[in-house]
Amino acid sequence: MKPTRTGVRTVSEPDCGESHASDGTTGEATGESGGTPVEAEDVDGALAALDGAGLAGYNYAYLDEHTKREVRRAVLKAIAIPGHQVPFASRPMPLARGWGTGGIQTTLSLLGPEDTLKVIDQGSDESVNAANIRRLAERTADVETTTDTTAADVIQTRHRIPEEVLDRDQVLVLQVPVTDPLRKVDPSDAANRRRHAHANYGKMWVHLYENVVEYGEIQVASRYPVTVAGRYLMDPSPIPRWDVPKLNDADNLFLFAAGREARIYAVPPHTDVEPLAFDDRPFQVERFDAPCEACGATDTYRTAVETDEGDRLVVCNDTSFCLKRREDAGLAKDHHLDRDGVDWGPGTPDADDTDQEPATNGGDRT
Amino acid sequence: MTVLSGTGLTRLYGDPCGDCESLTGDDAGRNRCPACGTIVACADVSLDIERGEVLGVVGESGSGKSSLAELLALERGEGHSRGSVRFDGYEGNLLESDYDTRTRLRNDDLALVHQHIRDGLTLSFSGGGNVAEKPLAAGERSFEAVRERVRSLFEQLEVPVDRMDDPAETYSGGMQRRVQLARALVTDPAVVVLDEPTTGLDVSVQARVLDTFRRVQRERGVAAVVVSHDLGVVRLLADRTLVMRHGRVVERGLTDRILEDPHHAYTQQLINSTL
Amino acid sequence: MILTVDTLTKRFEMHVLDGATVVGLDGVSVNVRDGEFLAVVGPSGSGKSSLLKCLYQTYEVSSGSIRYHPADVDLATCDDRTIMRLRGSEIGYTSQFLDEIPRVSAVDVVARPLVESGMPAESARERARDLLSELGLPGPLFEAYPATFSGGERQRVNLAQALAPRPRLLLLDEPTSALDPETRRLAVDLIRADLGPETTVVGVFHNHEMVEALADRVLVLGDGRRRDLLPVAEFEGVVA
Repeated sequence: MKPTRTGVRTVSEPDCGESHASDGTTGEATGESGGTPVEAEDVDGALAALDGAGLAGYNYAYLDEHTKREVRRAVLKAIAIPGHQVPFASRPMPLARGWGTGGIQTTLSLLGPEDTLKVIDQGSDESVNAANIRRLAERTADVETTTDTTAADVIQTRHRIPEEVLDRDQVLVLQVPVTDPLRKVDPSDAANRRRHAHANYGKMWVHLYENVVEYGEIQVASRYPVTVAGRYLMDPSPIPRWDVPKLNDADNLFLFAAGREARIYAVPPHTDVEPLAFDDRPFQVERFDAPCEACGATDTYRTAVETDEGDRLVVCNDTSFCLKRREDAGLAKDHHLDRDGVDWGPGTPDADDTDQEPATNGGDRT
Repeated sequence: MTVLSGTGLTRLYGDPCGDCESLTGDDAGRNRCPACGTIVACADVSLDIERGEVLGVVGESGSGKSSLAELLALERGEGHSRGSVRFDGYEGNLLESDYDTRTRLRNDDLALVHQHIRDGLTLSFSGGGNVAEKPLAAGERSFEAVRERVRSLFEQLEVPVDRMDDPAETYSGGMQRRVQLARALVTDPAVVVLDEPTTGLDVSVQARVLDTFRRVQRERGVAAVVVSHDLGVVRLLADRTLVMRHGRVVERGLTDRILEDPHHAYTQQLINSTL
Repeated sequence: MILTVDTLTKRFEMHVLDGATVVGLDGVSVNVRDGEFLAVVGPSGSGKSSLLKCLYQTYEVSSGSIRYHPADVDLATCDDRTIMRLRGSEIGYTSQFLDEIPRVSAVDVVARPLVESGMPAESARERARDLLSELGLPGPLFEAYPATFSGGERQRVNLAQALAPRPRLLLLDEPTSALDPETRRLAVDLIRADLGPETTVVGVFHNHEMVEALADRVLVLGDGRRRDLLPVAEFEGVVA
């Protein structure tokens, strides 16, 4: 990621798109009292005074510098203790908590004006929420946005990891609704914090044991619990099992952020991430019966969608990659890298066959 | 061979004045220090348990038997604790050991069966899951192996195997107690501490549960400390028995000797009032 | 010689009676020979049961000694664990009352001491069934719970349990008191047939017939003291 420039915009700067204060200091121009001074006799007058000022009055990247600094510190701590949930002072955002406020705060704290941002919501760049978050970043942080995974510096995502391999320069920010995997087995966060402190994860194992008792195999649809760096049990957010192996020994940094729960955690590059499983009941990714009905792919995570005509189609969930594949059916997931054979979960060359059930049609595996 | 021993075990609740122990006890007839109000829950209790042996601890409420059980089971209680607990295969005084040592000991070699079932079981889990938790926590990663251990313990402790996957909250009190015992025994500990094992059980169920425990205890050669206010419990289970009053051991010996030839006035009174 | 009992005294201090002392045994001395059957007789309160309980250490001895020669220990002063080991391997005791466990079948009650000393469960149950049928317990009762039995039936279970492990020293405290004459004869036959010379018995009996049928020698107690010790042939006519 490119270095983040900090900047402060005040009412004296009329246009969000132009200059940024570049003194590198934090939040001075808004004064000790914070907020935006508006000269007016009454509320209507105040609103009238703001009218036409656009985003003038907002700091660069929406958040004030103290907030961003605090988020960055939490991120650094999270990287230092992989898988450990680090508290941060989550701020109110202009959308409801639970809609990605943690992700937005993290993304906005990382972005600099030279960065390119991609936002995906369950694999799609086009959902209203993804579009809104993208627009907020465009307006306040002056960044370029893209739908191309390979072109993005920062990708904020909800419930998916892209199919195209992420590289060492990229950061994936995952939105997290529930931070603690142990909450499935005990609602007490205090008790769970003690369990994390002592790596006491017996209860989670019982949960998996009972899962196998019930289904004959581990049937955890999403939020599959993983062990990070051999130490902390981590909730990888509601990504499908398909995406879980991508966390292991990746080149990129994964950040997980929960606005409602005010927690940030991380999987740094090249960290061991191991899904919990039994020796005789291995972790398995989702199985698909048919190739993508749009691009023909057999090595991607697919979901059913309904077309405007009311037809039900099973297609790639990662829409931007699916579009590329429609142009070039043989496009590898690491096509953009200067090396190939990169392990990026199911359907990639070095994916560990013993742990994963391949897609039924085998994909483009060799 | 001695597997567990305690020396000078003492636990005080309050702000001790220094004379608490001399001002309390059996002779003084109280366990509350008249000078400073400190409660002397138990004082200067020493005992040792050999492999496969069952030691009973009897006394009425407030006699200090539960504090003694907590000390032996390395439960972190409130109050000031003194004395030493040693366990075969572990170095030093375990009352001063770190969390990891205690956790390892309590997961592998020493199990406490809580008086209250809710403290010992996760009732929303299946009965089998409760038993599976300990080998899973200890790193067992074969599902079939865990399942087989649970099944065989259910059989040994006479819990219907076809109920092992039902939530423990749907079990009867007797079944829950058996599951608790199964959970205690699943890692093949050298010592099990049972705190009032008949609490909450119907009289008709009590004897059966205790008898099952006794059988399994003998088969596996596990030693046990059984704490109870009920002489019938120690009669059925214990080889040797300590009688406690006001935080002190007032009499000890072979269980049948304690019951049929009690020496101490308090023991005689205890037996006369219950048998 | 298996036992040398020397000036054995047992006093009970009764705290409820303001520390009043009751004397159970007063200076009893007796040698018990290897493999013999020693009957202990005497009126109620003469100390018969106290003697057996002192030998078994259910009563703590007040003074005197009990030399148990096979282990070369003084049972009166050795530690609890030595007693536990001897009880587990070579000294058996049974009272006239069955110490039953709720909802354990008659066969399992009898088999239990064998299983606990390591015999496979099926062999133990087989020996239990043999003993119970020798004592004439009706077959259908084998798998029933003794709590529902008559006094005589329970005592048969009790006696079978005592005989089952064939201990080196067997202490029997009126094990036939509730049996009818016919069952008593069965018991005599069984004890004679089942216990070989490797078992020494010290038994308290009320019934002369039993004493004559089983005993080699008779120890007569009265008021906690030894009144007589004589061969069974000379016992007839001595008032018990």
